[in-house]
Amino acid sequence: SCINMIRFILIQNRAGKTRLAKWYMQFDDDEKQKLIEEVHAVVTVRDAKHTNFVEFRNFKIVYRRYAGLYFCICVDVTDNNLAYLEAIHNFVEVLNEYFHNVCELDLVFNFYKVYTVVDEMFLAGEIRETSQTKVIQQLLMLQNLE
Amino acid sequence: MPTVSSRGDAMRGLAVFISDIRNCKSKEAESKRINKELANIRSKFKGDKTLDGYSKKKYVCKLLFIFLLGHDIDFGHMEAVNLLSSNKYTEKQIGYLFISVLVSSNSDLMKLIIQNIKNDISSPKPVHVNLALHCIANIGSVEMSEAFGQEVPKLLVSAHASASVKQSAALCLLRLIRTLPEAMTYAEWASRVIHLLNDQHMWLTAATSLIHTLSQLSPGDYKGCVSLAVSRLSRIVTSTYTDLQDYTYYFVPAPWLSVKLLRLLQCYPVPEEPAVRGRLVECLETILNKCQEPPKSKKVQHSNSKNAVLFEAINLIIHIDSEPNLLVRACNQLGQFLQHRETNLRYLALESMCLLAGSEFSADAVKKHRETVINALKTERDVSVRQRAVDLLYAMCDKTNSEEIVAEMLAYLKKADYAIREEMVLKVAILSEKYASDYTWYVDTILKLIRVAGDYVSEEVWHRVIQIVINRDDAQGYAAKTVFENLQAPACHENMVKVGGYILGEFGNLIAGDERSSPLVQFNLLHSKFHLCTPSTRALLLSTYIKFINLFPEIKPTIQNVLQNNNQLRNADVELQQRALEYSQLSSITSQDVLATVLEEMPPFPERESSILAKLKKKKPASVQVSLVGSPSLLLVSLTVQMSLIRAYFSLFYQPTSIGYHLALFSPTYPLMHKTPVLLMDAFDDVLTLPADLGESPSTESTEHANRPFMFKNSGVLFENALIQVGVKCEFKEQYGRVGLFFGNKTGNQLQNFAAAVSLGPEHQGKINVATQKEPPSQIDGGAQVQHFINLECISMFSGSPNLQLRYQHSSAPQQVTLKLPVIINKFMEGVDMNSGDFFSRWKQLGQPTQETQKIFQARHPIDTEAARTKLTGFGMCALTNVDPNPENLVGSGIIKTKTSQIGCLLRLEPNKQAKMYRLTVRSSVGEAAALICSMLEEHF
Repeated sequence: SCINMIRFILIQNRAGKTRLAKWYMQFDDDEKQKLIEEVHAVVTVRDAKHTNFVEFRNFKIVYRRYAGLYFCICVDVTDNNLAYLEAIHNFVEVLNEYFHNVCELDLVFNFYKVYTVVDEMFLAGEIRETSQTKVIQQLLMLQNLE
Repeated sequence: MPTVSSRGDAMRGLAVFISDIRNCKSKEAESKRINKELANIRSKFKGDKTLDGYSKKKYVCKLLFIFLLGHDIDFGHMEAVNLLSSNKYTEKQIGYLFISVLVSSNSDLMKLIIQNIKNDISSPKPVHVNLALHCIANIGSVEMSEAFGQEVPKLLVSAHASASVKQSAALCLLRLIRTLPEAMTYAEWASRVIHLLNDQHMWLTAATSLIHTLSQLSPGDYKGCVSLAVSRLSRIVTSTYTDLQDYTYYFVPAPWLSVKLLRLLQCYPVPEEPAVRGRLVECLETILNKCQEPPKSKKVQHSNSKNAVLFEAINLIIHIDSEPNLLVRACNQLGQFLQHRETNLRYLALESMCLLAGSEFSADAVKKHRETVINALKTERDVSVRQRAVDLLYAMCDKTNSEEIVAEMLAYLKKADYAIREEMVLKVAILSEKYASDYTWYVDTILKLIRVAGDYVSEEVWHRVIQIVINRDDAQGYAAKTVFENLQAPACHENMVKVGGYILGEFGNLIAGDERSSPLVQFNLLHSKFHLCTPSTRALLLSTYIKFINLFPEIKPTIQNVLQNNNQLRNADVELQQRALEYSQLSSITSQDVLATVLEEMPPFPERESSILAKLKKKKPASVQVSLVGSPSLLLVSLTVQMSLIRAYFSLFYQPTSIGYHLALFSPTYPLMHKTPVLLMDAFDDVLTLPADLGESPSTESTEHANRPFMFKNSGVLFENALIQVGVKCEFKEQYGRVGLFFGNKTGNQLQNFAAAVSLGPEHQGKINVATQKEPPSQIDGGAQVQHFINLECISMFSGSPNLQLRYQHSSAPQQVTLKLPVIINKFMEGVDMNSGDFFSRWKQLGQPTQETQKIFQARHPIDTEAARTKLTGFGMCALTNVDPNPENLVGSGIIKTKTSQIGCLLRLEPNKQAKMYRLTVRSSVGEAAALICSMLEEHF
């Protein structure tokens, strides 16, 4: 249970369109495309009665579906499943507050801000800040900068 | 229009462009719109008018959007870099974002980028510092590690930096040392970094992740973190949720930090200091107690975050493995989860219980849940949950419950998902062998396994049942009878034919008294399957037939007819043709006595570890907790030996002269001791040609260094001069080795007084056992070749390799050559595949200074990961993929198998491309093995 880190974060819709891809390991572009497709194939066939964890290559995907969007985090098999599942939810609540009832289109039109939100909460494949209050404060402060 | 922020950073042009793209009705329309935009941006960037910061930012952002849609972007990088020197946060942010997403670490612009980062990292504005730190963390190249490895720790411990900057600095540093472990000096920062855990602010999740990694890389320097982590944890778990305001998540205080602290503590043994240990146990008890309290919220977020902490606490309890009370409590808690309505919890409880089943303190408590787990196997809808149930059943199996568990697994196997069948077959095979009190049950189980899941029954499984039947007198009659019955099914699996062919060939006589299974009935039954089988099975059946000729002389003519049929004698498959020819000759030329000797019943197999278990370990290193030491195996070696006996017998009749014939012994149908793929490392081959020495006095030559290439391969020319050529072909399996030597006389005259003997120096006495199977003849005719086989066994670890003394006379001049046999310790090594988690937890377990050898050296060959990987595989280790976070690094693992011990070895090879240096670290349960492997490999990279 040693090197445990997030390998990538993906937000995809049901049709397989990527709304965010954040990579914490080196992959070349073809490999990224393959991963995106495989993850989509793996998570979209699962139903609500299934677990939120699914083995994937040598890793596992912890994911949760919000309306038409799948939020997926790829971590090592020995890592703490529930901690990442709730990290996803924590992230979604921050997006929701920051974009005032977030919807898929917010992520499209404000893609460059979504990266900022991610970097506030996850960095270098690790969880950075977990307090919603702190993250929102910081984001609002940045928002007001020129 | 959707939510576009009304604040000053809104880029209206960007929003319009995105809307346009979304409104495109077709791919073509989209491409057209994008090309138009690209042309527009290109002209703006090339135009005479200098663009203002806002426009530059907007266009760079558009380019980024186009890239994210999946289009190539080949310009705009310079403009993005220009944005970095802007004073405005929003412009900088877009510049950094573009660079993080789009600029590769080997870009020409990297020097410029690093210069800009240097400026920002020392800026008085924390937001600029953070942008720079995030960019470093996102790119994390070696160049950045070198540039910032000394700077970032200063920010981390600075008295002036804000919590936000420290968070970023901690993770930025983590990224830098993952890229380049030598980027920082561990000891220098240890005390200050550890004391971050005392910080009164709660930003510590990031810092704890950093300390976790530092503790793995340099455990000694950072062991002081244990007591600080315990007190921090204690303060969190005893707080009420109002204490920690911002860090309470659905009424759970700081769940992520708690999880990180609990993981950090798993890096170290349980604290020795009684006060610290007591406090830790209290924390763990408190966490367990909280699960019994009524929930403070019905929301799943509440229970999930509480349970995230609980499962991590249980991991730590299992890691400590010396608190029986906690282990049993953990098990009871998990037992409740097994029936929980949340699938996630049932899954995690099964997974966690599997670990508890391995502890002597909780094994019994786990077994109480057998029925629930069996029920999960039958009713769970999610295959991954059923898989965990299989794992747990396997882990909790013992003498008392094995029949039930094996029966349930067999029943489930019929409808099990394809993905897990092979593994289940292995598990059933292992359990039924391990707990067989009665071999009829074992034989029934394995035959049923072949019936139910024949395609998934690997060689190891059917080899194993044969080994056991051969070694157990009491199982043979029953096995023959049962396999005969199974063969009568109209459609029986080819694996059943193999087992049937082998067992009837050995023990068919035990049931031949019954007219329903008379010799002819047995033969006809087997032969009715012959034509539907693949060549390897047909080859096996031909061996059964020759054995039948010995067992049942009365049906010899029938069998000879089959052997002499043109279908066999002219078969396109060389192996089948050769067997049919040899067997038919053997049966017609030899007397019954000779036949009886050659075709004698197989001797019992030596007692050793199950090959199935080895296979399962390979498949799933973590899940194997059952050990099966001391059971029979190695069917294949004896088979080879028996085949070579038969062929040796034939060489009396015709004298083969070509080396090709001798090598046929190792023909592909019998690669039975295959270990590592033969790697053609031709680069080394020419080292071997030594000049001829035809001196008057006994000429002595030595290949002291020449056997290095054999470190990576098992066959080739061992020695050659003007008189003689010595070829070698070796096979190794576990601690056994078989060396075939081929001596070719290159002259036209006879070589006389020829002798070849292995001599063990004092350094090898008692460590290697040599049994010479067949002496070479004392003369070699001009142009002829003779062969010599040596069987040996590695008793314990040794270095170097044993000598082979060659003596002969040519034109009455005595010649003497000392050769190094290509028997090197790594030949007894078998690769072990494992995942990242297992690798690093074993790595950590081997953390004693005496267990590690590390060398830093100049690369002797161009740094090439693939070539290094090939070498490592040839060396005998398993080169592990997706294990090291840095794909440039090479990690491997293997076990040296000797008669007296099995020595686990782990290796990590880290290249530094800039400096053309390598750092090679080898850890092993036996320190000398680590040192030996390190020194052997050092000069080959």
